[in-house]
Amino acid sequence: MSTAVRPGVGSQPQHRPQHRPRPTSRSLLLERVRRLGLPYLFLVPALVMELLVHIVPMVVGITMSFKELTRFFISDWSRAPWAGLDNYRFVIDVNRPVGAALLRSFGVTCAFTVIAVGLCWLFGVTVAILMQDTFRGRGGLRALFLTPYALPTYAAVIIWAFMFQHDNGLVNHVLHDQLGLTGEPSFWLIGDNSFVALVVVSVWRTWPFAFLIVMAGLQTISKELYEASSIDGAGVWQQIRYITLPALRPVNQVLVLVLFLWTFNDFNVPYVLFGKSAPSAGDLISVHIYQRSFVTWNFGTGSAMSVLLLLFLLVVTGLYLPLTSRRRRRDARPS
Amino acid sequence: MRGLPERGSPERGSPGTRRLPTAPPRSFVWTRRVVLTLFAVFAAVPVYAMLTSSLKPLADVQGKFRWFPSELTVRPYVDIWHTVPLARYFLNSTIVASAATGLSVTIAIFSAYAVSRYRFRGRRLFTVTVLSTQMFPGILFLLPLFLIYVNIGNATGIALYGSRAGLILTYLTFSLPFSIWMLVGYFDSIPRGLDEAARVDGCGPVGALLRVVIPAATPGIVAVAIYAFMTAWSEVLFASVMTNDTTRTLAVGLRGYSTQNDVYWNQVMAASLVVSVPVVAGFLLLQRYLVAGLTAGAVK
Repeated sequence: MSTAVRPGVGSQPQHRPQHRPRPTSRSLLLERVRRLGLPYLFLVPALVMELLVHIVPMVVGITMSFKELTRFFISDWSRAPWAGLDNYRFVIDVNRPVGAALLRSFGVTCAFTVIAVGLCWLFGVTVAILMQDTFRGRGGLRALFLTPYALPTYAAVIIWAFMFQHDNGLVNHVLHDQLGLTGEPSFWLIGDNSFVALVVVSVWRTWPFAFLIVMAGLQTISKELYEASSIDGAGVWQQIRYITLPALRPVNQVLVLVLFLWTFNDFNVPYVLFGKSAPSAGDLISVHIYQRSFVTWNFGTGSAMSVLLLLFLLVVTGLYLPLTSRRRRRDARPS
Repeated sequence: MRGLPERGSPERGSPGTRRLPTAPPRSFVWTRRVVLTLFAVFAAVPVYAMLTSSLKPLADVQGKFRWFPSELTVRPYVDIWHTVPLARYFLNSTIVASAATGLSVTIAIFSAYAVSRYRFRGRRLFTVTVLSTQMFPGILFLLPLFLIYVNIGNATGIALYGSRAGLILTYLTFSLPFSIWMLVGYFDSIPRGLDEAARVDGCGPVGALLRVVIPAATPGIVAVAIYAFMTAWSEVLFASVMTNDTTRTLAVGLRGYSTQNDVYWNQVMAASLVVSVPVVAGFLLLQRYLVAGLTAGAVK
């Protein structure tokens, strides 16, 4: 590189090689290796960590799902006999209690995810758009709205667990004692109400994340669009309808996917809210698999359930991304 | 934290924050007032319940809920340190979260630099793989990881299971995908001419990264650090399996207030507040950087 011929230097370069040693082919090779290898070198720490904590354990987990890994083999699991697809047959057999329970838990999780993600997204977009302009108290409100998201999950859930207590909780005090809406104080953490409790807690601590992302997305919309449209006589509502919402589509695509994956896999909220035994109406799939694995110590079937869960998430993501991208492209075309 | 310059803030001349040069119509203003008030109540009531209940005597939190304490007491804040070894959990959480954050951010910076500034084989494969790990259910690799840590411990004598080191390694990878993704976006927004100028001045690639790219990307890096710290500070599933009595973190330790027949709700609330203050304060102070970082990188 240092010997590159500069234009306009005339015959000078011809003498150069005799005075300065030309780079040998070996040092050129070294230089090439260094240049090509450098990005990989930068990636090594991330790769090692991902391999150790994600990739290898996942491969091991998939292997475990094909083994008869009951409590008898737990100390030396590599000696456990192969089970073929038996674990999978066992966990999807809906005529047996284990399969039926898994199916019900899956249904509960789907319903929970659709409702919670829908509400989080709706709340986040609404509040972010309403707070797009500056007004008095905007900074303070933003801090207040972000606080539930900033709280550590377990602290947030513990507060709600306290509020949902039957005898001394805030929720029953307001609904029953103060508003008189219920004839009897309700149980929130057992029975069917636990589903409502789960949705409320999950939405309370996750919608600010949607708010944060949409807020960031709004900042990328250029001001000129709004100015031009308001010169053309568009009101605020029309601007929201025709400028803001379409501009948010790319952000929404990623946001909804991330919310879906987090909510579907959520372990922390149900685990802290219900403790060791989740009521069947609040039996989300992560906790269900966790309890199945550790109650029966049958990690083979537990792993099979986890693998099915992963497959489901892969299929949904694999369908979602192309579908939404195509719609985005179609909608982006001028009509 | 105090030394962070204000000039990196997103509010400065950013587009789109102001929609109209004129005041919005009344219908919009009233909708805004009503909706935002409702959301403010929704967000504030649990925080209020935590704050006031942490200042109540035990009798207040055992009977019917009351909006105002019968008497104010700081007793719960004294007792929390004795009921469970909260100070030890606090120390463990601080060590684990700080180390995981430092390592995660460092690793993410180098990876993002490679992805942003070099074109190499496997570049796309790397980003897709790293991002897709976000999708893995934690429950799928919890058990294998536990077995791997135990086996590494047996083979090499490095205790990962039950130690803080094991948790640090685990947590740092949880925030890596988001951090790399966001920093790639952020680095892409920094003109390449800047690092080329540094290279002409005699910096190596690492020198250019340290002297030019990192200073220019400070808001993005701060944002990523907040995210990594919050992730590590909040995690429950792995903490409950991979720690023992001496390495227990707050996420698991807070359960100690309710294992007895009686739940000391006032202490639970006081402890929740104490463990939340560091992250909430940090987050609210630095959230501008998070929005700025997301705007420059991720949501583009």
